[in-house]
Amino acid sequence: MDDLSSLIDPAATPAGDDPMRPRPFRIARVRKDLADTFTLYLTALDGAPFAFRPGQFNMLYVFGVGEVPISISGDPADPAVLVHTTRAVGTVTEAMGRLKAGDVIGVRGPFGSPWPIEAAHGQDVVFVAGGVGLAPLRPAILAVARHRERFANALLLYGSRTPEDLLYRREMPVWRSRHDIASHVTVDRATGRWTGRVGVVTKLIRSGGFDHRHAVAYVCGPEVMMRYAVQALDAVGVTADRVYVSMERNMKCGIGLCGHCQLGPHFVCRDGPVYRFDRLGPLFDIWEL
Amino acid sequence: MEQIRGIDSLVREHPFCQDLDEAAIALMSGCAKNEQFPAGSMIARENQPSERLFLLRYGTAALEIRRPGHDPLIIETLEAGEILGWSWIVPPYRWAYDVRAVTIVRAISVEAGCLRAKCDDDHSFGYEIYHRILRVMANRLSATRLRLVDLYAPPPRAARAP
Amino acid sequence: MTQRTHRGDTAGNDAAVLDRDGLAALIAGLSAAGFSVIGPRIADGAVVLDEITDIADLPAGWRVDQAPGRVETRPADPDAPPHLFDTVLPAQGLKRYLYPPRRRLWQADRDAAGGWHLSDEDAQPPPALAFLGLRPCELAAVAVQDRVFLEGPYADSDYAARRRRAVLIAVNCTRAAATCFCASMGTGPRATAGYDLALTEIPDPDAPRFLAEAGSDRGRALLADLPQRSADPTDRAAADAATAEATRQMDPANGGRAMIGDVADLLRRTLDHPHWDRVAERCLGCTNCTLVCPTCFCATVEDETTLDGATATRWRRWDSCFAVGFSYMHGGSVRREMSARYRQWMTHKLAHWHDQFGVSGCVGCGRCIAWCPVGIDITAEAQAIAASEER
Repeated sequence: MDDLSSLIDPAATPAGDDPMRPRPFRIARVRKDLADTFTLYLTALDGAPFAFRPGQFNMLYVFGVGEVPISISGDPADPAVLVHTTRAVGTVTEAMGRLKAGDVIGVRGPFGSPWPIEAAHGQDVVFVAGGVGLAPLRPAILAVARHRERFANALLLYGSRTPEDLLYRREMPVWRSRHDIASHVTVDRATGRWTGRVGVVTKLIRSGGFDHRHAVAYVCGPEVMMRYAVQALDAVGVTADRVYVSMERNMKCGIGLCGHCQLGPHFVCRDGPVYRFDRLGPLFDIWEL
Repeated sequence: MEQIRGIDSLVREHPFCQDLDEAAIALMSGCAKNEQFPAGSMIARENQPSERLFLLRYGTAALEIRRPGHDPLIIETLEAGEILGWSWIVPPYRWAYDVRAVTIVRAISVEAGCLRAKCDDDHSFGYEIYHRILRVMANRLSATRLRLVDLYAPPPRAARAP
Repeated sequence: MTQRTHRGDTAGNDAAVLDRDGLAALIAGLSAAGFSVIGPRIADGAVVLDEITDIADLPAGWRVDQAPGRVETRPADPDAPPHLFDTVLPAQGLKRYLYPPRRRLWQADRDAAGGWHLSDEDAQPPPALAFLGLRPCELAAVAVQDRVFLEGPYADSDYAARRRRAVLIAVNCTRAAATCFCASMGTGPRATAGYDLALTEIPDPDAPRFLAEAGSDRGRALLADLPQRSADPTDRAAADAATAEATRQMDPANGGRAMIGDVADLLRRTLDHPHWDRVAERCLGCTNCTLVCPTCFCATVEDETTLDGATATRWRRWDSCFAVGFSYMHGGSVRREMSARYRQWMTHKLAHWHDQFGVSGCVGCGRCIAWCPVGIDITAEAQAIAASEER
């Protein structure tokens, strides 16, 4: 039966395109945004551009420490630089915060579903952000800015813990002056010489500034904040089929194979993280799903 | 006459009075006048008698709590379209917080004693006003509770990943 | 001696009959061709899948009985028909061979410039394995894992390589354990697809033999070289009767076990059911069920660094949704209650798997029932939820 050895498939494992192997990127610049939040500007060691869509995320690997899913915060029209704004909340992100320009970081991605900003063409576009939830919305805001004429009113409703926790403080005035994207900012706790709004972000939804019948909302923040934001949007007439949220769950692979990010029938890494809310809504009411 | 008609329409336009019937608008307007506060001025002071309900028409007002040795703590800001003050409806009718005009503030100022008397006289009017105040209070309570959650706080260190 | 005919000589006839010499020749032939032959054998008082080199390694004369929370391996009755394969299921299926419990994903080294780079993986192909004695439910489980690892937007290249090099030789079931419910899942007791060769053991005391059916070109090539004779109607009838007996044993009318119909829809609408709390009162969260389940695929990653910090290795390791840390996000775990974790496992398996992969994640092997230390029975839990809904 010697000829049966030909029954053995000779193919070896191809390693080159293995989605579990990170691509090395060099840190070109580190910007400290807040006490616990920083932005990394990355360029691929092989020089290849990094194309992505707003709302997608990468798995970022710190040598010898581990890997975490982080949303992309850069401009989708500039694939030469990969930008990640990250809050140090765990072992890996804290180690990431200690990296310096010149260090190498591993990147797998981009993964996940994008913010479908084209859904708001011809309508008012409303971004609702809470805390560092503004970081995953930034690429969508920049994409709207680039094609501003395709949208009616454009509005950012942004809630933060304190004035010191506001991200992209210098950019917001530019979005307003150059791209007519207004920012309404509110903080939970006023500090220092803050003269702006004090109150929860959902209140900004009630105070309006957009045409609820012809508006599409993109919501990103802690899950509790998103739940109440969606309710507030619904209360003013922005129905769940015009609301998008970005979900967060434990992720180990980013490609729907490790099972950790399941939310009912969904793999958040693969089917999400961005969902139209009516496709997710009932699952929000199930405890510990 | 001119001025009374003016207050009428301002009252009618304010979101707090949305869809109020004309008789009720007239009752409200009968207690109302226009008021304006320069930026930085105090609109009300904690523990002073609360003799006004303000329907904010323009600007931002801040509810503050005084703290020795610190700037006052702003606990909430209120804007055009919102109402300011419900202490007038609950005994002992005293302001719970300091209120400062952050910007110039223009408001319809409703005399509380007048409004209370009309609510007492005409219970269906009173019911409507109480109902609307209750809605505002419920929204503010929910918003306050959400802020108690400290939504954007970093996760506690002890609970972090190993 | 068995008369030798070649598969190609009996066009239209898919079946041949092998005696025990024929089976021995199959094992020898696979070994000679370079395959490691993996089959059931007795080890540490249980039946496990392991390498076999000879027909004598098979668990002839042994019988395994399973019940909720109980697996008993014992010598067969002396007067029982002469079975080679009366041990129903090994403790674990072939998952651990196609999808190893721990696998190195990659290794990286620091370089002089302060950066680091991934080392090139050695391009060694995985071992070529021939599995002998797979039950139809296990073939179904392989088909389920194929969907997960090969047919989604991202494929697992290691699984793909192992799978391509695996020969699957099934043995149809002629006896059902008390925990078996494949008939109700449509996966057994007779294999219909997914095998290279399928054998049905005909324990005729006078002429113990196997009906052998090829299910692939590779299977046909294997069968062609074995000492055999063509199957006659008597052989087919004997094989049919043997597997029909297993079906009969699983029929609830005969005290057998079955999964209720429409379980996917039932579970999708009962995510908030109080019964989950009642299961949680018994569930220990030990993860046995996910370890023995032939389709469970959840995995975590582990990072390992040498003491000098120069080399980092990333491993993939089986994980379980019963572990509290499984759903950990910065700050805490999403599924902290046992009820939420049991619900996750069962609803994933029986309901959400359909949404994700278009098939059930359960093949009815019953291992989770047998190996549960407190005997939690997935079919009974489904039934309890259905019954409470009817009330």
